[in-house]
Amino acid sequence: MSEQLEFRKAIRDALDEEIERDPAVVFFGEDVALPGGVFVTTPGLQEKHGRERVFDTPISEMAMAGAAFGAAVTGLRPVIEVMFGDFMALPMDSLVNQSAKFWYVSNEQASVPLVVRSAVGAGGRFGAMHSQIHGTWFQGIPGIKVVGPSSPADAKGLLKSAIRDDNPVVFLEHKRLYSVKGAPPAEETVPLGKAAVVREGSDITIVSALRGVHDSLQAAEELAGEGIDAEVVDIRSLRPLDHETVLGSVAKTNRVMLLEEGPRVGGWAANLLGIIAAEGLEELDDAWIVTTGDTPAPYSPTLEDAWLPAAADVAAAVRERLGAAAPS
Amino acid sequence: MTSDIGAGPSVEAARAAMPAEGPPDRRWLDAYGRMLLIRHFENEMQRLFLKGEVHGTTHLAAGQEAVPVGVCLALEPDDYLAGTYRGHGHALAKGTEPARLAAEMLGRATGVCGGRAGSMNVIDLEHGLVGCFGIVGGSIAAATGAAVSAQRQGKVAVAFFGDGASNQGYFHECLNWAQVFDLPVLFVCENNLYGEFTPMASVTAGGEIGIRAASFGMQSQVLDGNDLWAVREAAVEAVARARGGHGPTLLECQTYRHYGHSKSDPAKYRPPDEVERWLARDPLDLARARLLDQVVSEEELAAKDAEIDVQMDRAVEGALAAPYPDPDEDAGSEFKE
Repeated sequence: MSEQLEFRKAIRDALDEEIERDPAVVFFGEDVALPGGVFVTTPGLQEKHGRERVFDTPISEMAMAGAAFGAAVTGLRPVIEVMFGDFMALPMDSLVNQSAKFWYVSNEQASVPLVVRSAVGAGGRFGAMHSQIHGTWFQGIPGIKVVGPSSPADAKGLLKSAIRDDNPVVFLEHKRLYSVKGAPPAEETVPLGKAAVVREGSDITIVSALRGVHDSLQAAEELAGEGIDAEVVDIRSLRPLDHETVLGSVAKTNRVMLLEEGPRVGGWAANLLGIIAAEGLEELDDAWIVTTGDTPAPYSPTLEDAWLPAAADVAAAVRERLGAAAPS
Repeated sequence: MTSDIGAGPSVEAARAAMPAEGPPDRRWLDAYGRMLLIRHFENEMQRLFLKGEVHGTTHLAAGQEAVPVGVCLALEPDDYLAGTYRGHGHALAKGTEPARLAAEMLGRATGVCGGRAGSMNVIDLEHGLVGCFGIVGGSIAAATGAAVSAQRQGKVAVAFFGDGASNQGYFHECLNWAQVFDLPVLFVCENNLYGEFTPMASVTAGGEIGIRAASFGMQSQVLDGNDLWAVREAAVEAVARARGGHGPTLLECQTYRHYGHSKSDPAKYRPPDEVERWLARDPLDLARARLLDQVVSEEELAAKDAEIDVQMDRAVEGALAAPYPDPDEDAGSEFKE
């Protein structure tokens, strides 16, 4: 068995290799260069590649996104780190009104090759303003891609693809995945906009993203011991949204459960379920969604654990809908 | 001059304050021609809007022509520029072809953005225009970013923005950013005294926008934005600073728009005597007087006027004759493949 790759090192390796490969790639953000990132994802990159290529910025997310946009339309390929996904409310104007629209509005004079990386997600007791996943804030914006890996291999391959992509990409890194270890990628890059069947099964399709993929896989293992064979799909990309892979899976299992770390209304799961219903209703025997509560993310461990769906909730929901008894 | 805004140099004073050096005579005459082209363009857009040929809304820059034309006299063709939703003058000053800009206003396929952008969002990378931005302050961010590239390419970036944008987060974040990284960028504030319908003085602390640069340790100048010569001189100095690796400059160019904020605005909130004072200092009149006094003959000036008339007429005729984009063939793609 080959050496295991840690998720945070996969991110660092992807950046390192892309900065090395393409002189147009620059990487900047708050505390990313000298301090090496608050989640220790980027240590040593400035030492290796120099201050021209990797640098620390003021705490100015609007300026950061604007700088990335302006640099991207004039020859550079910026990767920026907006430290927590929650902070993405600040640079939204530049990303939504400048980067996302440029390719189309300019009549395709040029595109905007930039990547915005952020740590996202709850479960770390970070409270309401350091626990959100901003993927759905951007999912409805034409012209910007939204992707997020669940494994170290995908972290490296998707980030490399995002940096090489000619369009703006919002890149989601779940903070409860940074210490996960897994096999290194088999290929140099992983294509953007493609979901992955990460566990094959015949009784039900469970679709999730980021950390939720791990909870789904854990639930599937539990259910397998009870005779329920679940297929697990990692959606990997919220825009473009690969509904075809999901429809293919549903055609096989006839049941789908979507697990989202986020609220039900306005979420990607509800959106995807709408597409499944519109395009694959005849395949469906059952379909439902498991999400967080509708409050902001709470701080206290008892409250946050209750708010956040876990593997046990996924397994229980499947048993209930399939009319199966819980193991005694 | 800040305390006596609107009462800047008269034609006579402008003559007396003439700089000893400048670009060759022909370049001044051409610069005047570009200002006149912008004026004609704006008047034509007003006319065509009323005829239903220009859609949505427009923000006209008549009266403010000396600022972009003066600044662009200090730039090289491949330098970068970011403009605002009042951006027709920014594009024309940087070199966008009037016929293609007019076609864009009319939503035609031959427009500089194929009719996808309209009045507020023109992009013309061929001429270094990274965009005109419909969100107040957006140009400041875009030019700051272009300056990140420009620093590596030996170029300069310019942001045009209004007085209103100086109260946006972009202004404060980007001026700090640009100064911290010594970026080669000019922040050019076109202070036309009104943020949309609201007097700048009533919503802007500190009285003057130029002095805000001091808090960032940035060089700045407050100047008469209706004086082409003064704008060029200040821009030349700022561009030299930028190219020399000495960082950004904030220029507050005080000027006045002849029309209201946008199509829906008759600008009745402006005191008549203020309007009168500024109209008496029309940047085109100031430029004509100075050109005649120093640079050209009546005949040469008349020939330039005639040339611009013809250029504008042809631009509008061409735009009106151009086809609309075809929704089937010109729908475009969300992403670059």
